[in-house]
Amino acid sequence: MRLLSAFIVGMVFGTGIAISGMINPAKVLNFFDIAGTWDPSLIFVMGGALMTTFIGYRLVLRRDAPVIEETFQLPLARDIDARLIGGSAVFGLGWGIAGFCPGAAVPALGSGKWEVALFVAALLAGLWVARAIRDRQTGKGALA
Amino acid sequence: MTGFETEFTPLQSLAGGVLIGLSAVLLMFFQGRVMGATGILSGLIAGTAPGDRGWRAAMVAGMIAGPLLVMALSGQMPAVDVPVGWPMILIGGFVVGIGVTFGSGCTSGHGVCGNARLSPRSMVATVTFMAACGITVYVIRHVLGG
Repeated sequence: MRLLSAFIVGMVFGTGIAISGMINPAKVLNFFDIAGTWDPSLIFVMGGALMTTFIGYRLVLRRDAPVIEETFQLPLARDIDARLIGGSAVFGLGWGIAGFCPGAAVPALGSGKWEVALFVAALLAGLWVARAIRDRQTGKGALA
Repeated sequence: MTGFETEFTPLQSLAGGVLIGLSAVLLMFFQGRVMGATGILSGLIAGTAPGDRGWRAAMVAGMIAGPLLVMALSGQMPAVDVPVGWPMILIGGFVVGIGVTFGSGCTSGHGVCGNARLSPRSMVATVTFMAACGITVYVIRHVLGG
């Protein structure tokens, strides 16, 4: 049940990424290139996703619990600190350099293009290194 | 380095966006979690708890299967055009991995799920990474590449 539902959730997500055009770095970079070859399509991706999630979350969170787990696990952090802003700025920098964000790159692996595989390999390396640094700072083991 | 035109696709993009939102709602319905690509991948490589990797791997497999399903139904793989060379792909991927870890999320976790929950953290994160991405694209295409 857990594996099947996770696979289905992933497939709906990947299908959405593919249909929306988020899967295409040329299109994503053009969204940000207002001074050049601008393509505003991604406003519609964000709008559709936000609208659906905003309404859907309100319906689902009326339940006492999710289907599989015993409780909802919502993020609790509330601090707006240098780490959040700095990390997000660094993410934006990388996104602008390569044109892929993590959620778009994984479905794009389905295209079989070597560029995507290279991006995902570099992304995983960055995730691993950053986790190791963060966990050392907070005094936990590197893979805790 | 300047880009090339891509077609404006408001209806397809809206429909795809609705599916992305639907996947986030489904994950909340089944597992009670927010759907963030950063969290899924990070937990997959680090293994946060025993038995926690299986569903993450299943989700990644589903994510890759999505475009293949689209290809099977439409007879055409959605376009994936990477308009930058391998050094920028490599650097960009690594920098994204660092940034999303310290920023605690990316376009899906903060941009969709967090904003839908009206989280101030996610709103600040989203404005920050969108602005940083826009500035980066401007500098690369119009200042450096001019």
